Amino acid sequence: MDYILSLLIWLPIIGMIVVAIIPREKEESIRITAAVTTGIQFLLTLILWYDFDSQDGSMQFKEWAEWIPSFNIAYHLGVDGLSLPMVVLTGLLFFIGVFVSWNIKKAVKGYFALFLLLNTGVMGVFLSLDFFLFYIFWEVMLLPMYFLIGMWGGPQREYAAIKFFLYTLFGSVLMLVGILGLYFACGKTFDILELTRIAPLALDGMLWWGISAIKVIWVLLFIGFAIKVPVFPFHTWLPLAHVEAPTAISVLLAGILLKLGVYGIIRVNYGLMPDGVYWFSTALAFLGLINVVWGGLCALAQKDLKKLVAYSSVNHMGYSLIGMAAVVAAGEANGLNMKAAQAGLGGAVFQMFNHGTISAMLFILVGVIYERAHHREIEGFGGLASQMPVYTGITAVAFFAGLGLPGLSGFISEAMCFIGAFPVFKGIVIASTIGILLNAAYFLWAFQRIFFGELNDKYSDLPEINKLELFTVIPLLLITLFFGIYPSPYLDIISSTMDSIINHVISLSTYASM
Amino acid sequence: MDMHIQYSLFILFLPLLAFLIQIFFGKRLPRQGDWVSISAIFTTLFFALIMFISMLTNYNPDFKQEASFVWLDMGEFQIRLGFLIDNITIIMLLIVALISTCTHIFSIKYLEDDIRYSRYFAYLGLFTFSMNGIVLANNLMSMYMFWELVGVSSYLLIGHWFEKKSAANASKKAFLTNRVGDIGFFIGIMLIYNAVGSFAFSDVFSGVSSGLIAGTTLTIAGLGLFMGAMGKSSQFPLHIWLPDAMEGPTPVSALMHAATMVAAGVYLSVRIFPILTPDALLLVAYVGGFTAFFAASIAITQSDIKKVLAYSTVSQLGYMILAVGTGVYTAAFFHLLTHAMFKANLFYGSGSVIHSMHHALHKKHDHHTDPQDMNNMGGFKDKMPITYWSMLLSTMAIAGVPIFSGFLSKDAILAGTLSFAQHNPQHFLLAIFGFGAAAITAFYMFRMMFLTFHGNPKIPDLIDDIHESPKEMTGPLILLGGLSFFIWYTLPNYNPFSTYGWFTDLVKPMNAVVPGNMTAEEIEAGAHHAHYLAMYVSIGVAAFGIFLSWLFYIKKGLSAEVWAKRWGFLYDWSINKYYFDENYDKYIYQPTLRLAEKIAWIDWELYDKYFINGFGRLINWVSKISGKIDYDFIDQIIVDGTGKAASLFGRTFKKIQTGKLQNYVLYVTAGVIILMVIQSF
Amino acid sequence: MDQLNNYLFIAAALFSIGLFGVMTRRNGIAVLMGVELILNAANINFIAFSRFGGMNLDGHIFGLIVIVLAAAEAAVALAIVINIYNNMNTINIDDASTMKE
Repeated sequence: MDYILSLLIWLPIIGMIVVAIIPREKEESIRITAAVTTGIQFLLTLILWYDFDSQDGSMQFKEWAEWIPSFNIAYHLGVDGLSLPMVVLTGLLFFIGVFVSWNIKKAVKGYFALFLLLNTGVMGVFLSLDFFLFYIFWEVMLLPMYFLIGMWGGPQREYAAIKFFLYTLFGSVLMLVGILGLYFACGKTFDILELTRIAPLALDGMLWWGISAIKVIWVLLFIGFAIKVPVFPFHTWLPLAHVEAPTAISVLLAGILLKLGVYGIIRVNYGLMPDGVYWFSTALAFLGLINVVWGGLCALAQKDLKKLVAYSSVNHMGYSLIGMAAVVAAGEANGLNMKAAQAGLGGAVFQMFNHGTISAMLFILVGVIYERAHHREIEGFGGLASQMPVYTGITAVAFFAGLGLPGLSGFISEAMCFIGAFPVFKGIVIASTIGILLNAAYFLWAFQRIFFGELNDKYSDLPEINKLELFTVIPLLLITLFFGIYPSPYLDIISSTMDSIINHVISLSTYASM
Repeated sequence: MDMHIQYSLFILFLPLLAFLIQIFFGKRLPRQGDWVSISAIFTTLFFALIMFISMLTNYNPDFKQEASFVWLDMGEFQIRLGFLIDNITIIMLLIVALISTCTHIFSIKYLEDDIRYSRYFAYLGLFTFSMNGIVLANNLMSMYMFWELVGVSSYLLIGHWFEKKSAANASKKAFLTNRVGDIGFFIGIMLIYNAVGSFAFSDVFSGVSSGLIAGTTLTIAGLGLFMGAMGKSSQFPLHIWLPDAMEGPTPVSALMHAATMVAAGVYLSVRIFPILTPDALLLVAYVGGFTAFFAASIAITQSDIKKVLAYSTVSQLGYMILAVGTGVYTAAFFHLLTHAMFKANLFYGSGSVIHSMHHALHKKHDHHTDPQDMNNMGGFKDKMPITYWSMLLSTMAIAGVPIFSGFLSKDAILAGTLSFAQHNPQHFLLAIFGFGAAAITAFYMFRMMFLTFHGNPKIPDLIDDIHESPKEMTGPLILLGGLSFFIWYTLPNYNPFSTYGWFTDLVKPMNAVVPGNMTAEEIEAGAHHAHYLAMYVSIGVAAFGIFLSWLFYIKKGLSAEVWAKRWGFLYDWSINKYYFDENYDKYIYQPTLRLAEKIAWIDWELYDKYFINGFGRLINWVSKISGKIDYDFIDQIIVDGTGKAASLFGRTFKKIQTGKLQNYVLYVTAGVIILMVIQSF
Repeated sequence: MDQLNNYLFIAAALFSIGLFGVMTRRNGIAVLMGVELILNAANINFIAFSRFGGMNLDGHIFGLIVIVLAAAEAAVALAIVINIYNNMNTINIDDASTMKE
C-alpha cells in the first residue's frame, strides 16, 4: 500500500477510460463502472483512515517523484489529519453521487466520464504537496464542473456554468500569481512542505512596492480560496450554480468543493504565512460574522428550496471562518490560550466535514422532492408530512442538523467554533450567535410551509422516497447522528495535526509575541 | 458504579429506547406499541421511586453523587459530560417520571383514535429522555444540549396536529422563542467557560468563589444563563409561546407546559443560583415578579379553559423566578414541586372536560362549537364528579387555601419576597406583585371552576351527552388531586401552616459563592421572620379573590359584563394579552422578514446583477472596445492601410511607365538636372 | 585652363546634341547616332581631363575602351534595329511597343 495515494487519485481516471471505451448505448454498464470505481476508491479511503496514525501530526503516506526538475517541480503527495477526513468525505460523496445521478437520462457516458474526472481533480487537490501539482488539479476540477453544470443543469444552466467558471477562474488566476510570488520569493521551490519551512522566514520583512510581501501573497491566495468557500462578498456564484446544477453536482459542490476553500486557507495561508494569520484574523472572524448573518437573512427570504439550502451553506461556512480565526488565541498576546485555539481550529475543520455531510443530505432531499413535484417553490407544497412520512422524518433530521441541534454533528462544530473564537473576538462571536436563531428560523419556517398544514390536493399521490434514494441519504444521516453523539473518533484523527498547525502558526509568527 | 448513577442511566435511556422502538416499529406493533412506552416509563418511575425512597431513608441533606466522562478531547480542550445527583435531582427525577407516567396513561384514551398514536408516544419518550438529561446534567454543556432537545420534543408535540395551521405556527413559535433565550444561555456558557475553563457546575462554583470571574462579567454571564431560563420558563418578554403551545394535545400541556419542561428554567436558575450576583438577582426578581402579576392579569379575561391555565402557569413560573431572585430559591423549588402536581392535575382535568365536550359535540355532528371555550360549558359538576372534585382540590392548592400544598409553597415565596422588600424598601413593588398576583390567581381560578362546573349549562342540549371520562383519565386525576394536600410535602410533620418536613430537611439552601450576596442563613432568617405576616396577608388576599369570584359568577351580585365595560381599556388589554403577539409581529417578525427580503434582494438583484455581473459587463465592454481598436484601428487602418498605400502608390506611378524609352531618358535627365541643382546649393 | 574649358564646352555641346537626338528622334538609327555622339562627348572629356588633369594615360585607355564599347554597342544595337525592321517593317522605336502591357 505504498502507492495508495496515487491509486486514490488515478483510479477514477482508469474508470473514466473504461467508461470512454464502453459504447454509449450500454448505459447500465457505464453506471456500474462508475459505481465500482468510486466504490473501490471509497474503500481505499477507509483503509487509509484505518492505517492512519492519529498520534502523528505530520504528513503520512508520502510519495515523491521528480517531474520537471528544471523548475523544481515534483510529484509530491501526502496526507495528514487535515486532509484525511476530507479525502474520506470525497470518497463517500462521490460514491453516493453516482447513485444520486443514477437516473440521469441525457448523455450518460459523457456525464460519468466528467464525473470521474472531477473526482480525480478533487482527490488530487487534497493530496498534493506540490504547488504546481496542486494548481493543476485545482484547474482539472474546474473544467468538468463547467460541463456538468452547463450540460446537465436546469433552465439557466449555460449562464450559471459560465458564471461559475469565470468566477472561479478569476480566483485561481490570483492564486497562481500568489504561488508564483512565493516561488520566486522563497528560493524557487513549489514544494509545500519545504515552503512551509522556508516561507515564514523568507517572507519576513520582505517588501514589494512598499507593501509587506506577506500581505500581498496572503490576499492573493485568500481571494482565490475565498471564492471557493464562498466568503462574502464572493458568494453569489453559489446560489445560482446550486440551483442550476443537477442534484449530484450540487451535492458535490456543497459537500466537497466548498471545503477546498477552507482547506486551502488552512494548508497554504496558515502554513506559509503565520504572520498573515495574525494580521488577517480579525478580518477573517468579521467575514465569518457577515457570512453567518447575511447568509442567514438571505436564506430566510428565499422562495426556492434549493436556493435556501445554498444560502445556508454561506451561513454555515461562516462558522468555520470564525473558528479558524481563533488560532490566534494561542498566541502570547492572547494569553497562550491553547484551549480556545484547539476548540476553534478543530471546530472549523469539524464544521467542514459536518457541513459536507449535512448539506449533501439537504441537497439530495431537495432533489428527491424536485424529481416528484418538478418544482422547488417552498410555498407550492404543504402538508407533505401526511403524504410522505419517511421523507418528512429524514428531512426533519437533516433540517435539525442544519439548525445545529445537539445530538447531531453540526451542533458540536458550531459550538466549538464559537467557544474557540470567543476569548479573542467577543463582540463578533456574540453578534454571530444571532445565527443560531436565524438558522432555526429559516429551516423551521421552510419545514412548516412544506410539510405542515393541509395536504395540497395536487400532491395526494406523490410517491414516498424510494429505496435508491434512501440508500443515498441514510449513510449521511447515520454519520451526522454518530458524530453528533460521539465526536471523538473524528477529533482524535485531527487533533495532532491541529496542534502542529497551531504551534506552527504561533511559533513562526513575529506578531505572536507582540 | 454507584447505585444512583446506575439507576440514573436507566432513567435516562429507557425512554430513549422506547422512542427508538416506537419511531421505527410503533405502527407495526399491536396496539401501536403504546405498551412499549408505558412499560418503559413505569420502569423509569420505579427507579425514580427507589432513588426517592433511598433519599428519604438516608435523610442526608448533603447527599451528592457525581460521575463524568470525557466526551470530546482535543488535547487541552476537553468537554466532559456527566451526572450530578443530589436531593434536588432526585426530587426532580421523580416529578418528571411521575407526571410523565400519568401523561402516558391519560393519553391512552385521550388520543385513542389519533392517526399518529404511536408517533405521539414516541415523542413523549424523547421528551422524557431529554428532560431527564437536563435534570441529571452536572455541567452547563450537557444541560444546554438536552435543553435544546427538550425544545425539539416540545416542537414536535405542539405540532402533533400539524394539519392545523395554528398548531404548526405555535410549534415554530415555541422553538424560536426558546432559541432567543438559548442565545443568551450560550453566551453565558461562553463567558463562564472563557473565565473558568470548565463547564462543570462544581468547577464553575469554585472558579467564581476564587474570583476567576467577577463583577459585571459575572452578572452578564448569570443573566445570559437566566435568559435561557426565561425562554424555557416563558418569562416576560419571552412568555408569548406558552399560551400558543396549548395547540398541542392536553396531556402534553400537562406534562411539558405545566409541570416539567417549563420548570426547567426554574431548575436551571436554582442550579446556578450560587453564581448569580446581587444585580443579576434583582433583575431576576423583577422579571419573575412582573411576569407573575402580568400573566395573572391576562388570565382573568380568557374564555378558553386551556388559555386560563396557560397564563396561570406563566404566572406561577413567575412566582418561582421571583423566589429565586429574592434569594429563597429552595422555596422556588418547593413551589416547582407542588405546582407540578396541582397544575398537571388541572390540565388533566381540563383535558377530561374537553374530551367530554368533544365527544358530546361529535355526537351532535357539531364541528363549529369550540370544545375548549368556557362560554359553552357550565353545570358539569354533577356530570363529571371525579373531575370536578379533583380539579377543585388543585384549584384550592393554586389559590393558596390552607391545608393544600400550594398554600405552603406560595407562602414560602411570599415570605421571602416580603422579607426582601422589608430589607430593601425601595423594591416594595416586588411584594405588591407577589400578593397582587396571589389575589388575582384565586379570582381567576375560581372563575374558571365556576364557569365550567357551576351555574346553568350554556348549551342546554349538550349537557345530556357530557359524561365522566374513562378510568385511564380519572386515575391520574385522583392521584394528583390527592397530592394537592399539604401532608405529602411536610411529612413527618403535619402542621398545615408550616413548611417544615422532609423537603425543608433535605433541600438546604446553599450559600451564594458571589461575594456581597446575603448568606443562606440571613435569607432564611428573614423569611422566617416575615412568615406569619406573609401568611396572614396571603390568606387574606386569597379569600378576597375567591369571594370576589363567588360574587361575580355564583351570586351574580356583580355583573362581569358591567365591570368589563366600566374598565373598558383594561379589559381590552387583558383579553388581547396586551397586544404582545400583534406588536411582536408588527415590530419584530415583519421587519425581520422585510429585512431578510431586502437583503436577499440586495444580494441577488443588486449586488449580483449589477456589481458582479456589472463586473462581467465591464469586462465585456472593455473587450468590445479593445476588439474595436484591434480591428478598426490596428488591423483596418495600420495594417491594411500600409497595403492600400502601397497599392495607391503603384497605381499612381504606373502612369509614368509609358514604355517609351525616350521618356525614360527624359526622366533620367530631368532627374540628373534636379540632382545637380540640389547639389549646387 | 582656358583650353580645358574649351574642350569641355565642345564635349558638353556634343553631349547635348547627342542627348537631344536620343530623346527626340523616332528613328532607331538616329537614336543610335545620338548615343554615339554622347559616347564621343565622353571620350573628349576623358582625353581632356587626362591631358590637363596630369593623369598619364588613364584617360586614353578609357577613351579606347569607350570606342571599343561604342563599336560593340553599335553592332548589337544595329542588329536589334535590323531585327525590328525585319519583324515589324519599321525602325520607329515608338512602334516597337509590344512589351507594353
